[in-house]
Amino acid sequence: MFAEATEAATEVALKSGWFLEHAWVVPVIPALSFFLIIFFGKRMPKKGSEFGVASMLGSLVFAGGAAYQWIQRVNGAPEGAFVSPVVKTWTWWQNSGISFGIGQHVDGLTVAILLVVAFISTLVQIYSLEYLRGDRRYTHFFASLTLFSAGMLNMVVAENMIQLILGWEIMGLCSFLLIGHWWEEGANSRAALKAFFTTRTGDIGLLTGTAILFFSANEWTTKTLGVSGFSIRGLSSWALSGDPGHAAITMGAIALFIAAIGKSGQFPLHTWLPDAMAGPTPVSSLLHSSTMVVAGVFLVARLYPVFFKGMDILGGSANFIVVIGGITIVIAALLAFVQTDIKKVLAYSTVSQLGYMMMGLGAGAWLPAVFHIFTHAFFKACLFLGAGSISHSSSHHSFEMKKDMGGLRKFMPITFGTWIISTLALCGVFPFSGFFSKDEIIDNVGHNGYNVFMYVGLAGAFLTAAYMTRATYLTFFGQPRGASAGEHHEEESHDSHAAHDDHADHGHNAHDSHDAHASQGPHESGWLITVPLIILATLALSSGFLNALPFGEKFENFKKWVEPSAEVVNPTGIAYVVGGVGEARIASETPTEESGHSKSPCGTETPEQGVCAAPQLNHAPFKWSKAAMSMLIVLAGFLLSLFVCIQLYEKKNKKFVGLTERNKVLGFGYKLLVNKYYLDVLYEKIIVRSIAHPISAAVYWFNQKVLDGVVNGAGTTAKGIAGWVYRNIDQRVVDGAVNGTGSVAQGAGSALRPVQSGKVNQYGALLFGAAAIGALVLVIVNT
Amino acid sequence: MFASDVLVAQNIGFAILATIMVIGALRVVTTSNVVHAALWLVVVLAGAAAQYVLLAAEFVAITQVLVYIGAVMVLFLFGTMLTRARIGAESDLNNKNWFFGIPVAIALFVAMAIALDSGFGSQKMPADAAVATTQEISDQIFGPYLLPFWALSFVLLAAVVGAIVLARRD
Amino acid sequence: MFVNQFLILAAVLFCIGVYGVIARKNAVLVLMSIELILNSVNINLLAFSMRNGSLDGHTFALYIIAIAAAEVGVGLAMVLLMYRNRRSIDLDELSEMKG
Repeated sequence: MFAEATEAATEVALKSGWFLEHAWVVPVIPALSFFLIIFFGKRMPKKGSEFGVASMLGSLVFAGGAAYQWIQRVNGAPEGAFVSPVVKTWTWWQNSGISFGIGQHVDGLTVAILLVVAFISTLVQIYSLEYLRGDRRYTHFFASLTLFSAGMLNMVVAENMIQLILGWEIMGLCSFLLIGHWWEEGANSRAALKAFFTTRTGDIGLLTGTAILFFSANEWTTKTLGVSGFSIRGLSSWALSGDPGHAAITMGAIALFIAAIGKSGQFPLHTWLPDAMAGPTPVSSLLHSSTMVVAGVFLVARLYPVFFKGMDILGGSANFIVVIGGITIVIAALLAFVQTDIKKVLAYSTVSQLGYMMMGLGAGAWLPAVFHIFTHAFFKACLFLGAGSISHSSSHHSFEMKKDMGGLRKFMPITFGTWIISTLALCGVFPFSGFFSKDEIIDNVGHNGYNVFMYVGLAGAFLTAAYMTRATYLTFFGQPRGASAGEHHEEESHDSHAAHDDHADHGHNAHDSHDAHASQGPHESGWLITVPLIILATLALSSGFLNALPFGEKFENFKKWVEPSAEVVNPTGIAYVVGGVGEARIASETPTEESGHSKSPCGTETPEQGVCAAPQLNHAPFKWSKAAMSMLIVLAGFLLSLFVCIQLYEKKNKKFVGLTERNKVLGFGYKLLVNKYYLDVLYEKIIVRSIAHPISAAVYWFNQKVLDGVVNGAGTTAKGIAGWVYRNIDQRVVDGAVNGTGSVAQGAGSALRPVQSGKVNQYGALLFGAAAIGALVLVIVNT
Repeated sequence: MFASDVLVAQNIGFAILATIMVIGALRVVTTSNVVHAALWLVVVLAGAAAQYVLLAAEFVAITQVLVYIGAVMVLFLFGTMLTRARIGAESDLNNKNWFFGIPVAIALFVAMAIALDSGFGSQKMPADAAVATTQEISDQIFGPYLLPFWALSFVLLAAVVGAIVLARRD
Repeated sequence: MFVNQFLILAAVLFCIGVYGVIARKNAVLVLMSIELILNSVNINLLAFSMRNGSLDGHTFALYIIAIAAAEVGVGLAMVLLMYRNRRSIDLDELSEMKG
């Protein structure tokens, strides 16, 4: 059935539009395109990539339309009012009181992430036209990429948890398919499996959490809001009502957060992300930096009221989310220092930035974290695509910075330029976009009282600057080394990226043509690669101004459009305005008249009438002094790292070279980092093996002894029974009966044969004897 | 004769004849001389004829003597002669299982005796039985029993032809 | 005279004849025994004829005498054949019809 949440209120008539009403089309277009690519792709002139790019452009258009109409909607609403999301459902399944549907739930967060996903998917698909030209599974790559986009877009517009899980799982599947795109090499397929299993471990939490929340919330949501316990807005309002028991919502929140840990690469389930770099670079830039890995962050942001109450955010003490986020920032940043593979550096950087987002969410800094999703997508995708550009055109498909790169700024100016812009954005330098998002996270974390984690964030900023400087230096400065210098490498010297070095894939047939290519030397890539880089770098530069808090509240557009107001609303979505029209928002933590706004009770108390859709959050006011301090820290990191790089790599200063071998402490630290804190050893060799081995041994024993025993036993028993039956019943009884009748007949015959002796006398005797007896009988009977 | 129930002469006559007949019959079946058996049979047949007279069946008696003793016994003796029967006693004229004949005969006699006794317990012959004349008998033969008479003539013819066919040498 | 005395006499002769048929080995003697039987039957018939005062018994007895004569003729012809083929008229040997 078709049900629509009404937002046409008597007081507040919110504007809607065609794109908003039909935002569900956004995932449908790539989904249809996926099927078209699968069925018709190989026959098309461009091998199916036409469908992919066209569908992503279509989604982008729809997402853009929806975003525009959402902005109109927010702008048309009174200041501070709760702008209800555009929700539609069609019932998919209902049985014995439980029903869930499929539909859309479009609000600011949805629209922002839709734009990001559609936009970056489009750019990555265009990039892949050049990057994967001639690949052995070109069509399937585009199919998987399109399906991924469909899955993520579906998850973003999901109206209920079941639909969200559907999108989540599609993304996991496509991640597996895409990481293992060159599965002929064992390392790639192992990496794909590792990614899948690790995220799967987290997904246990997703299902458990959904179930816990459903069973706790369903009664309240059906009664108060008329939606099932799967519905997202139902769960959000339920969490902020007084209804949930503390245990239920905490367990649900923890379970869902475990899923987010797995998907977003938080400690301790972060080990799969660096290995996922075995996939092609477009995959790394789309899935594993800007879109899929933020799905966990998106989940937390989407169901924020659940986490807000369940983890007791803004409650004063550290909670699970903020701790995990904080740990992740630091350990990933440290690991980025010892990587020689440029993609792995970027992977750990992604993990670290995801830690920032989680920490922000855990500390009540909802908007900065979501904004960081937005900006991080652009500059991280740009960095990855830049790395791909380098490997494609200069280092002959190698990603080894120390071995095959160096001094490339002269040869690849566009790549270099976009890389630098994106790095600056990543480090959070003013006025690049990262400044407006990452620094806001750190600021708000401190503002909300989590001072320790603020320092953790600042330390992370220092480390980020340092390792990015190292990576930049090794790649673009110094002298060209290895493949960049034109040296021809053996195939086996490439590690997990050996798959890239498939000359046949790229239309080169023999080594002679390869040498001809090599003699060209490192050069800039074609426009299909550089134009996306330029677009992304421009966004890395400018997207921060969407929420430019330093310049005043008027520039805080992102916040206005995306952050839900913490008003108390009546269940049909009409706002109860507390304390006068337009006065339900608060800009600072003190419930004062400082800005003339009163505080909403959402998040802290149970609303008496109506429901809450979002909790009341605090926003730190911007101070240039704080900004200056974080800039100094970044500068310090940059300078220190530059110094060490020059000493170590350029001048080969004896004091630095081989330092980790000489110094015991540094050597231990280095070994720990190179072995990724031995976490992989723990997971694979200890945990998995100790569980899998006994299970497999037990199952093998069961198979051999019990199952085979049963089968063999059945066989022997049958044989024994058959033999016994044969000997005793068949031979003795049955044959005996048969033979017996024969011998009886024979015996009777032999016994009776003398009667027919042929002797007349005897016949006469018999005759008269019988007559005598007959006569006697007659006589006796009749007397 | 005496007009009394007890016809003494016939009874005595019957008793003597019966004794002679029974002894003769016994000798027929037990003697070990074939010729003697034939002669004893003659005795039996003669006794039977005498009995017929007692039973006021004179024509039958004469016929018995003529046919049976006169023809049949001659036939028997011829047969004995032609089959080289030993003149004198022979050792074994009884077959292997001769013993079974005794119980059979006795059982049969017992059955018949009981039946006769219970059936005709003390019935007497009518005292005024008239002797059957030849004319009456011929009236019967050529009257009601004509058909059997003709059949009988055929039987005799067949017997003669059959005997010749069987016994001729070729 | 009792009826029974003739009937009993006939029964005795009959049984002796039966014994003779069973016990005798010589074919001629068996035929003689058969004659005994036939004669006993005759006596029976005549006794009843006298008792009933009819002449049926007489007629029948005559017929039996005729039949007996025919039968003896044929029987002795068979005995002769038997003797001619086997040189013996021992009925114990004549058992080729045995089952």
